[in-house]
Amino acid sequence: MATFTFELVSPERVLFSGQVDAVVLPATEGDMTVLAGHSPVMTTLKTGFLVVTSTPGNGKRILVRGGFADINQNGLTVLAERALPEEEITQDILDQEILTAEMHYDATNEPAAKHVAEAAIAQLREAKAALNF
Amino acid sequence: MPSLKDLRNRIASVKATQKITKAMQMVAAAKLRRAQTAAEAARPYAERMAVVLGNIASGITVGPETPRLLAGTGSDRVHLLIVCTAERGLCGAFNSSIARLARDHANRLLAEGKTVKIICVGKKGYDILRRQFAEQIIELVDLRSVRQIGFEQADMIAQKVLARFEAGEFDVATLFYSRFRSVIAQIPTAQQIIPAQIEASAGSSDAVYEYEPEEGEILTTLLPRNLTVQIFRALLENAASEQGARMSAMDNATRNAGEMIKKQTMTYNRSRQAMITKELIEIISGAEAL
Repeated sequence: MATFTFELVSPERVLFSGQVDAVVLPATEGDMTVLAGHSPVMTTLKTGFLVVTSTPGNGKRILVRGGFADINQNGLTVLAERALPEEEITQDILDQEILTAEMHYDATNEPAAKHVAEAAIAQLREAKAALNF
Repeated sequence: MPSLKDLRNRIASVKATQKITKAMQMVAAAKLRRAQTAAEAARPYAERMAVVLGNIASGITVGPETPRLLAGTGSDRVHLLIVCTAERGLCGAFNSSIARLARDHANRLLAEGKTVKIICVGKKGYDILRRQFAEQIIELVDLRSVRQIGFEQADMIAQKVLARFEAGEFDVATLFYSRFRSVIAQIPTAQQIIPAQIEASAGSSDAVYEYEPEEGEILTTLLPRNLTVQIFRALLENAASEQGARMSAMDNATRNAGEMIKKQTMTYNRSRQAMITKELIEIISGAEAL
């Protein structure tokens, strides 16, 4: 299977950089899978899991928040304000994230921002359920 | 002529000071390494962000629809200066050189009849600027309790700045910080962050992007994030610069203390010898007189 370069960068460090088979992105307008030779797309990401497949049948899940993806002929670059590999996630971190999201929700009065925050909370709850906490 | 005891005390106190400056230098060196790795680790994100923004920004034309963070408010009457300095002193000219740059900038703007507002990040800059710009300083962000600067702190500052921008409190924002060149060279820098200055990337237009959601919408979410990234980078560079400046300042202090000890020891030895000679002369002349 053809591979492409995938980079996951958070403000504090580069989390992942290498050749992968496929990446599933939690894009704002629906999940999308990126394979090699994808046409150039820029999209914002919602809070959720990004799934990286570097060998067939072997995925790695990474929780991203406040992300942005840039797909071009050089590969895929994801910039995320916060990114956590599955094995680093603990219940405390998730609870903290939910708390911050709820604070964001309470802090705004704009319907659009409220909607975004609400979606983020739902996603985080879902993540919590998926990881059996 | 100080007595021998005085000299001994003085040497002991300089030695104690030297121990402290030496320890501070070593601590600064260790912290510098950490700050430097943090600054380097943050670089890829900022670079990619610049590229992506450049790609989008070069694709759109500035119009009434353009977010104000990019296009500006249309006037440049009120300027906001965000002055990032250290929380602690004893780091050479680090704080004062940033403050001086900010002060010159503010004075120039005031002379042009513009309104100036200042946000201080870090206590030291506030202490220096307070003397002249007491009325202009609108906020002091205290990061003293923060051990390692994280994205959250930058985000907090960015949110404050954005809230003020949304409220129409200023037109142009400039960030003052010290760029880390090397341990001995830190460059005080002024960087305009609102309206955002984006270099249109040279290698763009080679691919036609699909945007999801639309370009304008992406730009609206990306610009505030870019602001945070810029502030984050400034804070990290500043942290590295501070430790570098402190390290070289403390290195100098240690060396000076060493020189002083050498000189004082010399005086001490001389006067001790003089004393002994004097005593001998007294004994001899006493014996001769008998």
